[in-house]
Amino acid sequence: MSVKDYWLLPEGIDESLPAEAARLEDARRQLIDLYRSWGYELVMPPLIEYLESLLVGSPDLDLQTFKLTDQLTGRMMGVRADMTPQVARIDAHRLKSEVPTRLCYLGTVLKTRPDNFAGSRSPLQVGVELYGHSGIDSDLEVLSMMLETLNLCGIKPPIHVDIGHVGIFRELARQAELDESQEAVLFDMLQRKARTEISDWLDKRELRADVKKSLESLAMLNGSREVLEEARALPGFAAKQLQGYLDELGVLSDHIAATYPEVEINFDLSELRGYHYETGIVFAAYLPGEGRELARGGRYDGIGKRFGRARAATGFSADLKTLMRLGRFQSTQINEKIFAPVQNDPELMQQIKQLRAQGSIVVQSLSGQLETAADMGCSAELVKQNDQWVVQKIMG
Amino acid sequence: MSQILTIALSKGRIFKETLPLLKAAGIEPADDPEKSRKLILDTNQENVKLLVIRATDVPTYVQYGAADLGVAGKDVLLEHGGEGLYEPLDLKIARCKLMVAGPENTNFNGEQRLRVATKFVNTARRYFASQGKQVEVIKLYGSMELAPLVGLADCIVDVVDTGGTLKANGLKPLLHIADISSRLIVNKAAMKMKHAQVKQLIDAIGKAVG
Repeated sequence: MSVKDYWLLPEGIDESLPAEAARLEDARRQLIDLYRSWGYELVMPPLIEYLESLLVGSPDLDLQTFKLTDQLTGRMMGVRADMTPQVARIDAHRLKSEVPTRLCYLGTVLKTRPDNFAGSRSPLQVGVELYGHSGIDSDLEVLSMMLETLNLCGIKPPIHVDIGHVGIFRELARQAELDESQEAVLFDMLQRKARTEISDWLDKRELRADVKKSLESLAMLNGSREVLEEARALPGFAAKQLQGYLDELGVLSDHIAATYPEVEINFDLSELRGYHYETGIVFAAYLPGEGRELARGGRYDGIGKRFGRARAATGFSADLKTLMRLGRFQSTQINEKIFAPVQNDPELMQQIKQLRAQGSIVVQSLSGQLETAADMGCSAELVKQNDQWVVQKIMG
Repeated sequence: MSQILTIALSKGRIFKETLPLLKAAGIEPADDPEKSRKLILDTNQENVKLLVIRATDVPTYVQYGAADLGVAGKDVLLEHGGEGLYEPLDLKIARCKLMVAGPENTNFNGEQRLRVATKFVNTARRYFASQGKQVEVIKLYGSMELAPLVGLADCIVDVVDTGGTLKANGLKPLLHIADISSRLIVNKAAMKMKHAQVKQLIDAIGKAVG
């Protein structure tokens, strides 16, 4: 690349041309309205802030964040790579509400590396967060918001929802009395579902037989509803807490199945995405033919601790551009575009004003312009008939 | 219910040694990839297709869901990073070792930075870093053994099977990095959305591996 290629955008950075931008904006408005109808209030966190507060939660965020030095203070600042910590900061430090708080957000984030193939480094992140309630009701509500979002973006069934619970591995690791480095090794193998490696590794450890069997089975405990029963029957799952987690997963999936019967529900008890900050139920949406999840979320109680107040929290987020690429979004705006001549005629001006107020698009000709209404992409034009300005459809 | 499953394989040793395992799972290719020029092979099962691609491309195809499953050497997976992949089974085939090789008198503790020629640049850098050594890595695509002979590098990182090529060029395997064998890899989304088919296949192949 030479410096002369100044039209070239950096890798993974894109822009939206009018047609796409119009669709995105339309979807954005409808989504914010949808969230508002469920009681979620919009917040607009800053594009850039001090690095420390942006990196709360996931350890991956550090590498994902573009950094620069604040010339005023000498401190490091980051361009947000994820809005979730920002919204958590707003809840914990700014709002300080004692009742459950519902917030939603939509904005561009910037990532140093794309997280998928030919992926964008500047996704349009959209999501909701529900703070101050810990329990299945808030998990269900946030999961419902994710499905409503996919639906609004025109994503058609079969949508697959994958549900897991990071507490299961955490509890089994506790029972097995693994130290930190052992837990990290097992975590790495479980993330890869490396069944053979896990068996070999466990064989070399002195562990309680029931816990060993459960850890060994965990990697393959994924699939439909019977997985929960399979896990329930394992001796290592006898602990009340683990049975409780399985109950939660069962209740959640029953509710989803009743409200969204078209959704396919899978369970994955060793899904550990976000293990370092998620604390409970985690979920993600998949679509056949797409190798990656479209949207994901889960519970991450305690994220507000760094901002002075730990609150129960659950939320989901997605990239609106990806959703729009995969869905068949129905725009509600079908405005007629009308071409109007340029004339110093008060009646004409009045008519144009009226049409615009009614929602039509009126494009005025510029003096000296020779192009016709059709050239300007209009489907009608304002013409004077019997001393009256009327809208006339263009033939052909 | 039954969706199409695609399995990515590379030609040669991996293909040959995977065939009996696939056969145990009831899958047999309709064409021989060594004779056919087709890149997508049909099998005796209507909903199972095989993709024949370069070994280093297998993780990429599976990662992005262009193939649901694949068979890839651990050497390739180590280099790729394995992000977005499950690797449920060690197939215990195409075994070899990933090693540092060079002239017998290679000095790993000299003051000069060691120059390492390899196609496994990430793995080599990680390995030497774990040994507390900063090295210069030179990316080559083949015939690594030549590099130390002509002074391009001090040593190489490569997979070693019989060690015949090393020996013929006066080099010796010196340091062991990892034992290599082929793994069955699965796309994360496929594992979730086609779990019944995928798990059945994993179980059948797992049994055949023993």
